[in-house]
Amino acid sequence: MTLLREPDLGTPAQPGAADVAITVDGRSISVPAGTSVMRAAALVGIDVPKLCATDSLEAFGSCRLCLVEIDGRPGTPASCTTPVAPGMSVATQTPKLEKLRRGVMELYISDHPLDCLTCPANGDCELQDMAGVVGLREVRYGYEGENHLDLAKDDSNPYFSFDPAKCIACSRCVRACDEVQGTFALTIQGRGFDSKVSAGAGESFLESECVSCGACVQACPTSTLQEKTVIQLGVPTRTVLTTCAYCGVGCSFKAELRGDQVVRMVPAKDGGANEGHSCVKGRFAFGYATHRDRVLSPMIREKITDPWQDVSWDEAIDYSARRLKAIQAEHGLHSIGGITSSRCTNEEVYVVQKMIRAAFGNNNVDTCARVCHSPTGYGLKQTFGTSAGTQDFRSVEEADVIVVIGANPTDGHPVFASRMKRRLRQGAQLVVVDPRRIDLVRSPHVEAAHHLQLQPGSNVAVVNAMAHVAVTEGLIDRAYVAERCEPVDFATWEVFITGAENSPEAVEPFTGVPAADLRAAARLYASAPNAAIYYGLGVTEHSQGSTMVMAMANLAMATGNIGREGVGVNPLRGQNNVQGACDMGSFPHELPGYRHVSDDAVREVFEQVWGRPIESEPGLRIPNMFDAALAGSFRAMFVQGEDLAQSDPNTAHVKAALSALDLLIVQDLFLNETAAFAHVFLPGTSFLEKDGTFTNAERRINRVRPVMAARTGRQEWEVACELATAMGYPMHYDTASQIMDEIASVTPTFAGVSFRRLDELGSIQWPCNDAAPEGTRFMHVGGFVRGKGRFMPTPFVATDERTTRKYPLILTTGRILSQYNVGAQTRRTSNIVWHEEDILEIHPHDAEVRGLKDGDWATLTSRVGETTMKVCVADRMPQGVIYTTFHHPVSGANVVTTEYSDWATNCPEYKVTAVQVAVTTAPDRIPVG
Amino acid sequence: MNREPTSLIRMVNQIAANFVNLPDDEAAGQVANHLAMFWAPSMRTELAVWAEGGGPGLDSVSILALARLATRP
Repeated sequence: MTLLREPDLGTPAQPGAADVAITVDGRSISVPAGTSVMRAAALVGIDVPKLCATDSLEAFGSCRLCLVEIDGRPGTPASCTTPVAPGMSVATQTPKLEKLRRGVMELYISDHPLDCLTCPANGDCELQDMAGVVGLREVRYGYEGENHLDLAKDDSNPYFSFDPAKCIACSRCVRACDEVQGTFALTIQGRGFDSKVSAGAGESFLESECVSCGACVQACPTSTLQEKTVIQLGVPTRTVLTTCAYCGVGCSFKAELRGDQVVRMVPAKDGGANEGHSCVKGRFAFGYATHRDRVLSPMIREKITDPWQDVSWDEAIDYSARRLKAIQAEHGLHSIGGITSSRCTNEEVYVVQKMIRAAFGNNNVDTCARVCHSPTGYGLKQTFGTSAGTQDFRSVEEADVIVVIGANPTDGHPVFASRMKRRLRQGAQLVVVDPRRIDLVRSPHVEAAHHLQLQPGSNVAVVNAMAHVAVTEGLIDRAYVAERCEPVDFATWEVFITGAENSPEAVEPFTGVPAADLRAAARLYASAPNAAIYYGLGVTEHSQGSTMVMAMANLAMATGNIGREGVGVNPLRGQNNVQGACDMGSFPHELPGYRHVSDDAVREVFEQVWGRPIESEPGLRIPNMFDAALAGSFRAMFVQGEDLAQSDPNTAHVKAALSALDLLIVQDLFLNETAAFAHVFLPGTSFLEKDGTFTNAERRINRVRPVMAARTGRQEWEVACELATAMGYPMHYDTASQIMDEIASVTPTFAGVSFRRLDELGSIQWPCNDAAPEGTRFMHVGGFVRGKGRFMPTPFVATDERTTRKYPLILTTGRILSQYNVGAQTRRTSNIVWHEEDILEIHPHDAEVRGLKDGDWATLTSRVGETTMKVCVADRMPQGVIYTTFHHPVSGANVVTTEYSDWATNCPEYKVTAVQVAVTTAPDRIPVG
Repeated sequence: MNREPTSLIRMVNQIAANFVNLPDDEAAGQVANHLAMFWAPSMRTELAVWAEGGGPGLDSVSILALARLATRP
């Protein structure tokens, strides 16, 4: 339930033309065939009483409250399960129906606690509402009969309680778990009077398979499933529509508040990315915004060994500017730079990169996308002409074959995974390309047709081999290629990919993928009417990350799977605003809109608006900054919302570089690992305080509206403006909206974007301009952004990181559902109950030969460092490959990852590190870097 | 000779390796173009100085690419 209700039409919309005409209580309406009578009535403004029906779920027909009378038909059918028919005449309010409904409500209320005045859902309860709607005045049966009022409450979940005494067994929670989330964790246990909702096999919610997405809580029409914050704080009284700050799905949420206190976050039904769904992070893990660890005052110190001193904003800004200018005066223009954050808004990122280019006077700006999706930017620009995914999320509903490569959507992008699983349950085929047996390979009602369990580092060989099969078995869409792609590049690629070295049989020995499986998967993809590729950091974080992106693009173009609904090459972005941070000119070689700094015409646009010359040469990337810091030529860094010391590879190298700086300015919510090396700490704002926009993985620009005033007294973009001004480059905006207006004025793909337009449309997928005034769902329709699609040769080159006798295992890293990135946010919420530390997953054989058992402590050693973790023996790991997450600084997973990186972009090779694991008896939790 | 730019040598050789399917001359042109498009001038300069000193550690395509780069306007 949600107090601040959106219209609920009772049953889902049906596709097709509205060509079935009916009358409801004398009012006429036409709706698509298959529409329920209940929905048709709601559309004409008549709300039929209901309890088990809600328009996010298929009709169920159990509560018997929505009965109607239909001319010419016997009885009183349920309006939710009765589809419209031409000429149908429906009555929703008759004396007979009123009597029936009151009788139904009497039965419900006879077994329901009469504690409305003290119930947390008082005023926010559909049962209460319906009792009023049907005019219930008495319960003739009394309240003394057998009932469920003494059933024990389940408070095991940290975020919501389950009170079976209040349950009306409408199954909305069960159906939400099945249909919306796709986890199938809930069931109705028992029959008849004994029917009751059960998590798992009679377990508590916390012990069950429940993933705490909140769909059941939202679906519950009573207070049976209730947010604990509502129980503690009361029913919210106002709402602000905003956007989640976790993963790249970018879900829209209603922040529901009492005063300035957030009571709960409720997914917005009309959110373009999530359409009413959520995950445990977005729905519940917002408490970090008010965590006691938040730093709210600026701080400075001369040396990193000194204690921090609270100072005023003016003092912090003046100190920072003075030292930055002094360092530039002594060491040169290029001795300073900065990093933007994918957790900040487009407006904040734009202003920081502008500060660096215009006030610092150089292009030494990079972003944390460097360590995740920079190969996506490179690869898709080379092949398609622009650095973005091709589809919206809804597109997956038209895919016949879905290929998931190097991504674990059920953990990393759970709301999109739910949408994908829904399509898979409808019959779409799935191919998973991943060293691990991720949950998508086999989970309730989902099973991959093929799991290509490749060796880490062999992605390019596998996708090349898939393309080889498509070419050599006549599965190329030659008409598409002839019309859409560069013929010479295609001819060159065709010769390359046809080479015997790219055959499945040739690559099997080092990819580990049986040739027959690979051929079958390739045929499935290439033969499908609509085939779509979704990928994650298992693609990009390799020494050939960019090559792999181009290899996937080649395959999609060759089979005609670009430029319409149901197809595409789709990066699943890690952080909420990775796409936006890249769009906003955060890379050292590109100005906003992915335009190279060497382009005189482009620079001129910015120079005119900014009033400063812009350098025509690329600046330093993050790893280049580290190397230059150690060499002494790079002396100061501004870091916006990024924990380099925890998230970047080879921690010892990173820490040495940070230690070498004369000045490190960190802008963040918390004193993170990087702040240990900082001289200035500028407190940042949480997403609940920000005013701006995020752009998600589908290029969807969503508004981030301030739910509360900035606890620091400053928006982050104001801080960057003040710093730029103090450095001698006056920069000022009155509002975040003005910043977006400037972005639109200098960035053709954003030309039609403004806060006003976003408020009107809800969200906008760029490009948005005169040609596409409401944005663009699918890219490259009718032609590629670059004109003709460009096939790129993608020879497989093995990584230099090799296993040896000393380091015989390959470590890959990733993340899990309950935690996010370096955990700075989620570790400061109750999500910690699901993941209190990083765990090392290891194949039973690899564990056995090392004498390791579940729960043992083990040292994890690579050629660059060593750390200690607890072991989980897991047969989802292939032999020779181990896995861990990087959510906890104490475990320090990146102590062992190396400096190897993608050849084109320097994106770190997090997914391939040669390591050894050994049992240890004495846990030593201090990473040695 | 200056301190060996180990990281830059590894990076440029890695770029060259990814153009392995091209003839050396063409590959060198691609590598040079990549360095011009994506590397800061200071990195290119440091490597060029290293190459002028014989370029130990640089593979032949990388050396060719750096020579190409030196002749660009």
